[in-house]
Amino acid sequence: MDNKTTHQKAWFFVLPVVVLVAFNAIIPLMTVVNYSVQETFGDNVFFWEGVKWFEDVLNSDRFHASLLRQLMFTGIILAIEVPLGVAIALTMPKKGPWVSVCLVFMAMPLLIPWNVVGAMWNIFALPDIGLLGHAINGMGIEYNFTRQPFAAWFTTVLMDVWHWTSLVVLLAYAGLRSIPEDYYQAAKIDGAKPWAVFLHIQLPKLKRVLTIAILLRFMDSFMIYTEPFVLTGGGPGNSTTFLSIDLVKVALGQFDLGPAAAMSLIYFLIVLLVCWVFYTLMMKNEDQ
Amino acid sequence: MSKITLKNLRHSYLSHPQRDEDWALKEMSVEWSDGGAYALLGPSGCGKTTLLNIISGLVTPTQGEVWFGDVEVSHLPADKRNIAQVFQFPVVYDTMTVFDNLAFPLRNRDVNETDIDWKVREIAAMLDLSETLMKRASGLTADGKQKISLGRGLVRSDVNAIMFDEPLTVIDPHLKWILRSKLKELHQQIGNTMIYVTHDQTEALTFADQVVVMQEGEVVQIGSPVELFERPQHTFVGHFIGSPGMNVLACELDQGQPVYGGATVETTGKVAVEDPTARLEIGIRPEFISFADDGIAVSVEKVSDAGRVNIVETRHGDDVIKLLVPDGGNVPSENAFLKFDPDHTQVYANDWMVS
Repeated sequence: MDNKTTHQKAWFFVLPVVVLVAFNAIIPLMTVVNYSVQETFGDNVFFWEGVKWFEDVLNSDRFHASLLRQLMFTGIILAIEVPLGVAIALTMPKKGPWVSVCLVFMAMPLLIPWNVVGAMWNIFALPDIGLLGHAINGMGIEYNFTRQPFAAWFTTVLMDVWHWTSLVVLLAYAGLRSIPEDYYQAAKIDGAKPWAVFLHIQLPKLKRVLTIAILLRFMDSFMIYTEPFVLTGGGPGNSTTFLSIDLVKVALGQFDLGPAAAMSLIYFLIVLLVCWVFYTLMMKNEDQ
Repeated sequence: MSKITLKNLRHSYLSHPQRDEDWALKEMSVEWSDGGAYALLGPSGCGKTTLLNIISGLVTPTQGEVWFGDVEVSHLPADKRNIAQVFQFPVVYDTMTVFDNLAFPLRNRDVNETDIDWKVREIAAMLDLSETLMKRASGLTADGKQKISLGRGLVRSDVNAIMFDEPLTVIDPHLKWILRSKLKELHQQIGNTMIYVTHDQTEALTFADQVVVMQEGEVVQIGSPVELFERPQHTFVGHFIGSPGMNVLACELDQGQPVYGGATVETTGKVAVEDPTARLEIGIRPEFISFADDGIAVSVEKVSDAGRVNIVETRHGDDVIKLLVPDGGNVPSENAFLKFDPDHTQVYANDWMVS
């Protein structure tokens, strides 16, 4: 240990990063923590409340309901987008001019601003003048997403699938392309049927990219705000009020900054926890 | 089991091949007898993998036929051809155990589980994989994985031929020779036809009874290692095989005898060249050149120690002539004369042997 020199100067070089992280993450988060344990009526006057807001949020039926809606929404879109994305990636051409055409088509929904997506689908699904809404009603099915909770859910899920399946497709496609041709040739010689090739070669080789895809889709969909806000505004009633929309209602609609801050932190911890558990489970077998 | 015949085979990866270079594989007809150990030897990009994939059915040839015994298989898919192939990079099914990997080709062919169990254990014992049978295949080292790749071919009783596409590329050097002798041993034990693609002459010459040397999509010579060494049919074979390669020296022809450096070079028999414009060369391996009291005058330029022999580089005019002198042999310091062994001096016209 004698050879180890201590350079106090090193701290100086680390400083920019510390400042950066402090300003973009720690300090904003600390203001939220600050609000979550106090009560304020404006004028910068605060009263200490301890964990009261946290208890309130965790015991509130309203929070439970939006959390449940959120979990259902995320569950449904993951169950649709991941298999659908993989299926589309499998059918895409491997080489030739159509590859770029497909990739551009796939990337297009990802390039549209989120509020535009919401507005597009709002108009698209309007029962009287929207193409989708009008067509469904034309088939004799009564459909009005501004009045029927089921129709609202159906439209929101469809919109998300349209908007984000591409991401899964692109990731899965990249993963599929990185599988060496040797594997397919060996499987052919081994007499493997297409389903066996998918199960024993493609799916295992896609594990890493799918882990990333699921994580990204989980985080994004769990924090979804803009698109349903523009499409349904959380309605009809509270039927599509997901966590973010509810949070904004509490914070800005009712100006309950304390409960809103506590809710934000709980929200943040749920996302963090789920991601951590999922990633740890998926990567557990990798090291063996 | 059957012999493999390639008739007028030709292949191009382009849809409309025009020029000579467009063909990855130039026209060839080859016959491989049953149970032989063959090597396809040539530099990278010479078409040897293409040829292998045509035989195994992974590539359909643009032209020509592939026969296994008396059955034409040119248009049969790979799984119907009764061949096995081991690839450059080991292919194992990561999620399966070693046992399941070996059983996979049999299960795909609906063999019953009792037979599978018996066969897999037999092959695993042959490949020294018995102890790892129940382990996950992904945890094995590269040589273990390559053994699994090979084993998936060996478990099938219907296999006509086993193809190896540079199988030792990713294997550690000290394991290479172990695996190579294992292959040789298996060949003697099982008696399958084996075709081994490589760009490494040591691998080819130690493994095969017959070596097929390829260059730019063309088979330049098929022969035993000794034939390739002593009678290279093409200057490329002379260069490619042997270390250092054959000396190739531009010469002239006078009454059927090659003339080099103003002196007639003795060969066995007369040389007849029909094309008067042909480029003529004599080829002689460094092993068959010695220092003498008279002959071709050279100056000694460099001596490198290669263990039991010294490689001596000499110069005659613009030509560099290499020869081998046994360790402890006498190497003149500056000017000397060389003598070529007439039995091993060949004459080449436009790179093909004519003597």
